[in-house]
Amino acid sequence: MSMGGRLVTVIAAFVVAVALVVAGVAVFLKPGVPGGVVNFTKAQPVGSPVNLTVQTVGAIGFGAHPTWVSYLVKDPEGKWIHDTTWELPAHTMIHMTVYQYDSGSPLRNQEWGQVQGTIGDTATLNGKSYTVYNSYTGNGVGHTFAVPSLNLSVPLIGIDGNATNPCNAAPCHTNYAHNVIKFSFMTPGAGNYSWQCFVPCGLGYLYGNGGPMSTQNYMGGFLQVVAQ
Amino acid sequence: MTTEHTTQTEPRHLRRIGIIWIVASIIGDLLYWFLVGPHVPPGRMTSSATSDQLDFNILMELALPVLFGIWVFFGYCFVTWRSKRRGVAEPTGGAAARSNLRAQVWWIAVSSILVLFLAGFGTIELIAGDGSGGGEGPNPVWEPTGAVQAETAALTSSASWTPGTNHVLVVQVIAQQWKFTYRYPQFGGFESPQLVLPDNTSIAFNVTSLDVIHSFWAYQLEVKADANPQENNVAFTTTNQLGNFTVRCSELCGLWHGAMYNYGKVVSTSAFQNWATTTESANAANTKDLAPFAWTYVPDANGAAGGYYPDGTVTPYSPVETYGAKQPAS
Repeated sequence: MSMGGRLVTVIAAFVVAVALVVAGVAVFLKPGVPGGVVNFTKAQPVGSPVNLTVQTVGAIGFGAHPTWVSYLVKDPEGKWIHDTTWELPAHTMIHMTVYQYDSGSPLRNQEWGQVQGTIGDTATLNGKSYTVYNSYTGNGVGHTFAVPSLNLSVPLIGIDGNATNPCNAAPCHTNYAHNVIKFSFMTPGAGNYSWQCFVPCGLGYLYGNGGPMSTQNYMGGFLQVVAQ
Repeated sequence: MTTEHTTQTEPRHLRRIGIIWIVASIIGDLLYWFLVGPHVPPGRMTSSATSDQLDFNILMELALPVLFGIWVFFGYCFVTWRSKRRGVAEPTGGAAARSNLRAQVWWIAVSSILVLFLAGFGTIELIAGDGSGGGEGPNPVWEPTGAVQAETAALTSSASWTPGTNHVLVVQVIAQQWKFTYRYPQFGGFESPQLVLPDNTSIAFNVTSLDVIHSFWAYQLEVKADANPQENNVAFTTTNQLGNFTVRCSELCGLWHGAMYNYGKVVSTSAFQNWATTTESANAANTKDLAPFAWTYVPDANGAAGGYYPDGTVTPYSPVETYGAKQPAS
């Protein structure tokens, strides 16, 4: 092969190698979330508040980990979905309703007993307003809904641990023992915002933060906020 | 005869290289010092950041002449003794090409002095500035004036902070999967997800964890301390510039490790006092339910929830006892 031919071959191989590396890095760095996304951006006119309804259950009852605690979300068609990534419009009021079917306990850190980041830093428990909940009293706190990067955190008060009709498998019906927690917040600008529970509720795992606490689609997910 | 002729006509290469090198180094060092140096991370927001920026710049000022020395030497060689140059014979080596005792001695001597100086300089700089912003463990060897008194008082309910009096502000950093929260014992022990600091103030960060190992890294403050469960890792710095900074967990700690960050800010002392007293008042209802302030907390390791409990055995103290000789029994 001539000198020119060899030079072209070397340059071509170099370009291909660099392109492969760049492509590999780009794919690796591409923002993405596992599982599906429940879209709440098309259900109502632009700028209108979004109603987001979720439930927390002590044992999901199906799938790969039927004993794991989990969140479920009601999609715009009213169907309960086991998915924790929710697409929401930016700069929009979200009215959130949580049906809490799990029992509670004292918080590891009572800091999460304070309602933070909601409109008015308040929430309602079965229609009654609260800003702080002492987790050492009453039924304790079952879970929290928290978006750390937004400093949003709401303690979800547990049901009576001795309730005669606890829900054992999702999706739970309101015939079962439950609490209803409601609050509102504004979505920020476009971006992915992780949310999680701050109650280490992964029973049987070290410090309670393994299993469902460390697996997508159970006790954490994303608010996938998009511009409209 | 050929050798004598070459010796007579050959220019003084070493002198040329030396002159080019000195000029390039001076220009390079000056350009770096005035154009790049002030912008080198982590900036100048705190005493430790300022000190570390100076350290980085001094290292660079020393490295640049070494770099230029190599570049100038090889560049000169490539130009002067390159092959296929008309009228110049192919280099054939010789005694001077095999070894040069004087050059070897100079190289070893200069590089040894450089390395030993850097080792000493680095060691001193790690100590200077009350530990250079690094976590010193529960028994800090280096601490700013007033730190022991402030930390001692922090364990009492009467602890307070006023600019210009007890100047060291005690901040407890509590890491948990997956967020940092901050307690201010001199303001009633309230806890907040926000980290706000006053300007021109020495800060004593007391870093601990409620679960796994995390690491508190306030990048622009040049403060970095591991957060270990049931350990109090103390780091000091002094703020000297207003602005925002980033806090990240720098220890892989689980699913949401990448999301374990927040932004803090250094504000004027009056703005800080206003924020702290306002937050203390706003959080009062929750603060009374928090665990009493302590250097470490013992979570229930049996799984879900479980409150965290202070180490009630810690008492004020000598400096050693203060920072952690007494840890929870369980």
